[in-house]
Amino acid sequence: MNFGFTQEQEELRSQLRRFLDERAPMAEVRRLSETEEGFCRTLWKEMAELGFLGLTLPERYGGSGLSWVDLVVLLEETGRSLLPSPLLTHTLAATALLEAGSEQQQGRWLPRLADGSCIGTVALLDDGDAPRDEGVALMGQPDGTGIRLSGEKRCVPDPEVADFFVVAFRRGEAATDLGLAIVEAGAPGVSARAFPMIDATKRMGNVELDDVHVSPEAILSSPAEIASTFERLLDAGALAVAAEMGGAVDEALRITVEYAKQRIQFSRPIGQYQGVKHPLAEMYVDAESFKSLVYYGAWCFDNRPEELPRYASLAKAYATEAFVRTGIDSIQLHGAMGFTTAQDIQLYFKRSKWARPMFGDAATHYERIVTMRGH
Amino acid sequence: MDFDLTADENRFRDEVRAFLGEHLPSVEERSKIGPAFFLEWWGKIREKRWVGFDWPKECGGGGGTIMEQYVLKQEMLAARAPALGRDYTGLGWVGPAIIQFGNDEQKTRYLPDILASKSAWCTGYSEPGVGSDLAALECRAVLDGDEYVVNGQKTWTSMAHTGTGLYCMVRTDPDVPKHDGISCLLIDLASPGIEVQPIESFAGDHFAHLYNDVFFRDVRVPAANRVGEEGAGWEIICSALQRERSGIAEVNRHHEALERLFKLAAQSRIAGRPALDNAELRCRLAAFDARIEAARLNGLRSLTRQVHGENTQSDSSINKLHNCNLLVEMAETGMELLGGASPYLGDTEASLYKGRWQIGALGWPTTVIGGGTPNVQKNIIAERMLGLPKD
Repeated sequence: MNFGFTQEQEELRSQLRRFLDERAPMAEVRRLSETEEGFCRTLWKEMAELGFLGLTLPERYGGSGLSWVDLVVLLEETGRSLLPSPLLTHTLAATALLEAGSEQQQGRWLPRLADGSCIGTVALLDDGDAPRDEGVALMGQPDGTGIRLSGEKRCVPDPEVADFFVVAFRRGEAATDLGLAIVEAGAPGVSARAFPMIDATKRMGNVELDDVHVSPEAILSSPAEIASTFERLLDAGALAVAAEMGGAVDEALRITVEYAKQRIQFSRPIGQYQGVKHPLAEMYVDAESFKSLVYYGAWCFDNRPEELPRYASLAKAYATEAFVRTGIDSIQLHGAMGFTTAQDIQLYFKRSKWARPMFGDAATHYERIVTMRGH
Repeated sequence: MDFDLTADENRFRDEVRAFLGEHLPSVEERSKIGPAFFLEWWGKIREKRWVGFDWPKECGGGGGTIMEQYVLKQEMLAARAPALGRDYTGLGWVGPAIIQFGNDEQKTRYLPDILASKSAWCTGYSEPGVGSDLAALECRAVLDGDEYVVNGQKTWTSMAHTGTGLYCMVRTDPDVPKHDGISCLLIDLASPGIEVQPIESFAGDHFAHLYNDVFFRDVRVPAANRVGEEGAGWEIICSALQRERSGIAEVNRHHEALERLFKLAAQSRIAGRPALDNAELRCRLAAFDARIEAARLNGLRSLTRQVHGENTQSDSSINKLHNCNLLVEMAETGMELLGGASPYLGDTEASLYKGRWQIGALGWPTTVIGGGTPNVQKNIIAERMLGLPKD
C-alpha cells in the first residue's frame, strides 16, 4: 500500500506550477477573466502541446495515457492558480467519449480534444445541480434512427466557447432510461448564452435546444450501459471540481497565512494571536482531509470503480463545506482589506461560490451518502 | 498511489487471519473464561512477537515493518481481539523511550516485563499548576549521592493506583531555561513516600477511578533510573507525546460508533417524526461519515510518509484534533437522539441502551483533553505546519 504521489507526479506538479506561474500569474488571470471568451487560446494551445488537455486519454488518440490521480495533480494546480480555461469540463467531455463512445466516435473527437483544436463541455443535468437521474427531464424524441431534442440545459459550464456539448437526455419515464448525445454548437437550433458570474474566472450559462436533430452517429453508448456511465460522469465531475477546490483552498490558506505573518496590529503580527492562528489551523486540517478523500476517489476511478460513487460524494461534500468556510474565514482574517479588489484573496472567496453547486452541493451528496448506506 | 497490499503484506495478513481463526475465542466464550483469557491470549501473541511488534528485535520486539504493524492492527480490530498486550503505556511510549534514550541496563531491566504483560506503567507529566504548558513543571528532584530525592506532585496520572511504575518528568535544574532543566525518572510506585489519591471526575461511576493525584515526600529514586542525560527530559517528552497522540488519533472505532448512531437514529424521533426523515440529521450523520473516512485516509497518508522516512511530527496533532471534534459531536448527537432519556445516569431501564450514550457524552474529556487539548494541537499545527509565529 502506498498513499503518496510518485516521483513522476511530483515532477508533473512542479512543471505545472512553473508553467502557470510564468504564463498565468494573477495579473494575467485577472486580465483574462475580463476578456470576452474568458480564456487565452494561445495558452490553450500550449497546454495541448504539453499534454495537459489529453492527460487521461489513450496515446493512440494523442493523449498522455495517465491516470485520474495524475489528473488530480493537474486540476489542483489549475485550481491553485485560478486559471481561467475550459479545461475541467473539456476533460469531462473527453471522459464521456472515452467511457461511452464507440471506436468511431472516439476516433473522430478525441484527437481533436487532445490537441485542443476542439473544445468540449458537458450539459448533463437540466438545472446543473439537481440530484442524479431525476435531474434529466429533457426528452429525446425518436426521429427515424436519430432523435430530436427540444428544451434547455441550464448551468452549463463554458457554453459559449464549446464546440460541442455532451447532452444527457431521457429516452423514457424510467429513472435510468437515459441517453447521451454529442450536440455540436453550430448545429441548427442550438444556441448558447453565458451570464455574468460572481467568479469571473469561470463561465457558465444556458444552452437552448430548439428541435435539434441528433444523428445516430452522435448518440453515445447503448441504452443498457448509459445509466451507469451517466452516474460515473457525474461522479467524475464532482471529483474533478473537488480536485480544483483542493488547490484553491491550499492557495487561499497560503495567502492568508502570509498576510497574518505580515499584518501588524497592537505591535505584533496578527498570526501570533490564537484568534487568528486557530482558524488557520482548522482550515489546514480540513484541506488536508478533503484532499485525502479526493486522492482516494481518483484512485478508485481507475482501480475500484465500485467505490467511486461513495468517495466522489464524500469528497465533494466535505470539499464544499470546507471551501465555503475557508472563503469566508480568509476574507475575515484579512479584515477590511479583504473586501477590496486589490487583494487576491477575494478571487478565491468567489471561486468557492462557483464550486459549491457544481456537480452537487454538500446537502445533495450527504443525502446520497446516507441513501447509499441503506437509510 | 496504490491501495492494494503487496504480496508480502498479503501473506502476513493471511498469517494473522489464520492465527486469529485458530486461537481467538468468540466474544461470548471469552467472557465465560473470564480474566484468565487475557493472560493466556497475551502469552500466545507474545510468542508470535506481536506484543511490541513495532519494537526492534534486539530489544525483544517483533521488528515489524510499518505496514506489517498496520496490517496486524487492522486484523486484530476486525476480529475484535483485545489490545496487543496489557501494558498500553509501557508498550506505547515508556518502552520506546527506554529503547531510544535509555542504557542497556535499563533495557534489560524493564523491557521484558512490559513485553510479558507483567508491568503496568503510568505517566507523570501534568501537575496542579501545569497542563498545556508542560515545560513549566515543578516536581523537584535533587541528586543526593547516587539517588535522587523527589518532592512535589503529579496529577491526572491514569491508573496510578494499580500501576507498577511511573515514568515521571521532574525538574533537576531550576536555574536554566525551563525546557532544559527537565529529566526523566523511572520510579517504582511502591517506593516509600509516594501517596496516590483518586481524582473524582464528573463522569460518574464508569470513570470513578481512572485518574489520580500522586504525591512525593522525600521519595528516593536511584540515579540509575534516570533515562537519558540530566536535562534531556523535554526531548523524551516530545517523542513520547507524539506516540501517545497518534494512538488517541486512530479512528478504528469511529466507524462502529457511527453505525450505532445510525441504528439509534432509526429508532428515534425528532420533533415527533422519525429521526431519519430529518434532513438536517441525515446531513450531519453523512458529514460524520466524511470526516471519519478523511481521518482514516489521513492516517494512511501519514503511514506512507513514515514508510518514506519523512517527518510526520505534526500528523498526530492533525488527526487528534480531527478525531476529538468528531468524538464530542457524535456523542452529543447520540444524546439528542436519546431525547427524554438522555439526562439519566447509569444502567437503568430509564437510561436506555445500558446508559452507554450518556457515558460517551460525559467521558470524552479522557480522550479530548488527554495527550494535549485541542487548542494545543491547533497551536502545534499553526506553528509547525503553517509557520505562524509563537504566541
